[in-house]
Amino acid sequence: MPIRTAEIAVNWLGVETTARLIELGRFFVYVADVLKQTFRHPVRTSLVFQQLEFIGNQSLNIILMTGFFTGAVFGLQIGGIFQIFKAEGLMGAATAKALTRELAPLMTGFLISGRVGSAMTAEIATMRVNEQIDAMEAMAVDPVNYLVVPRFIASVAIIPMLCIVFIFIGVIGAYMTGVGIFRVDVGIFIEKMTQIVNTRDIWNGLQKSVVFSVLMCLIACRYGLQASGGAKGVGVATTNSVVVSLLAILGCDVIITYLQVKF
Amino acid sequence: MIEFKNVRKAFGKRVVLDDLDLVIPPGKITFIIGKSGEGKSVTIKHLMGLMHPDHGQIIVDGEDITSLDHEQLRLYRRKFGMLFQNAALFDSLSVGENVIFPLREHSRMPVPSMLERVEEVLSLVGLPGIQHKYPTELSTGEKKRVGLARALVTKPKFLLYDEPTTGMDPLVSEMIDGLIVQVNRDVPGVSSIVISHDLKAALATAENIVMLYQGKVALAGSPDEFRKTKDPVVRQFFSGRVEGPMEFL
Repeated sequence: MPIRTAEIAVNWLGVETTARLIELGRFFVYVADVLKQTFRHPVRTSLVFQQLEFIGNQSLNIILMTGFFTGAVFGLQIGGIFQIFKAEGLMGAATAKALTRELAPLMTGFLISGRVGSAMTAEIATMRVNEQIDAMEAMAVDPVNYLVVPRFIASVAIIPMLCIVFIFIGVIGAYMTGVGIFRVDVGIFIEKMTQIVNTRDIWNGLQKSVVFSVLMCLIACRYGLQASGGAKGVGVATTNSVVVSLLAILGCDVIITYLQVKF
Repeated sequence: MIEFKNVRKAFGKRVVLDDLDLVIPPGKITFIIGKSGEGKSVTIKHLMGLMHPDHGQIIVDGEDITSLDHEQLRLYRRKFGMLFQNAALFDSLSVGENVIFPLREHSRMPVPSMLERVEEVLSLVGLPGIQHKYPTELSTGEKKRVGLARALVTKPKFLLYDEPTTGMDPLVSEMIDGLIVQVNRDVPGVSSIVISHDLKAALATAENIVMLYQGKVALAGSPDEFRKTKDPVVRQFFSGRVEGPMEFL
């Protein structure tokens, strides 16, 4: 009996692993298709601008608020610790370093996955279950070219800019807590920050932001295109898309950080 | 002419098209009928190149479309216009933008000529001057007619209708059936292929009817041949009786 159970377990494991590998293979084929079509004429400029407005302009408020609060809270936390060692002057530098290298790209990635990624999946999934994507294919229009590529171009172009806005406003938040609460000298705050934070930090943060935007967009659109099963299917696709995007962003963050620290 | 030769399609162990041989004559209204799950939609998806058979050939105008690559299939699909079951209009676009969509994608016509063509097809389906409206502002029948206008705008050689009257009230059904006949009469050279459960419409509208059963053609012929046939499966389908040789899932 235990041998039979083990056989079933191994069989199940094999079937599951094969299914996952096939799905992964299909995902890479889809990614290759998106990349190939991104560089193919014609670029749908008006659709790209629509997406830039949706992803960039409409996300600005949430990025400004979250960036400010993150910088302020991080400043408060780290300022309290630095105060013990009489090193409050370094809090601006520490906050800016954390923001540029980690907090801004990660938080921007999370926020955009929640706000934009979910909307992308829901919109495309609704089109899928209502046969609008079938209609597009029937009219000899490639849905990847029409729906995914403009979103992809806009995401890669605008999300790193939102990340820069996040850093900037986060530093202002930290400045207000540092100067307002911990009475750090303005000159020291700025001098230490410019001393410790260098262009490489900003570059490293932007690298992460680009990768996160690519992941978010590709995953969100993929789940939308694969949706099935009416309104429930749209809900399932949207939830899965956000969960997978967040996990993918976190997983890639570890790998990128390791590579950036190592090399 | 469209010809399916020995086409087989299975999903797992379930064989939907079982070495199907089928001929659809040009320039006529052909109804493909059969009970649910008999492969009517699968047949039409094969015809559009949206599905590939496990084996067999699909010959359209002398060309085997099963051997076409992705790009060739994209060009091939331009021969078709399709009216979907729920019209499948793009919610985010106005009626005018919906109808002009295939023209913008594939035609090199100047914009004023495109707009003229949009007005022309909307008039043909009896809805002139509604370009500015959005799909949410239209009734189900109007959506269907706009969907038909969009299918017609590129002057396709083949018009496909996927269950055009399913879920419609009798008046709208009658109107859609009338439109199918009118379009086939007024648009030169077009062949109309209709997937339907609606036997009354098939007998009244079709010039050629194909009934699918168990992945094969149970009977193909004119409405008169269908009325006169003694085939027990066709008779049972026509009478709507549960008892008979036809299996129900």
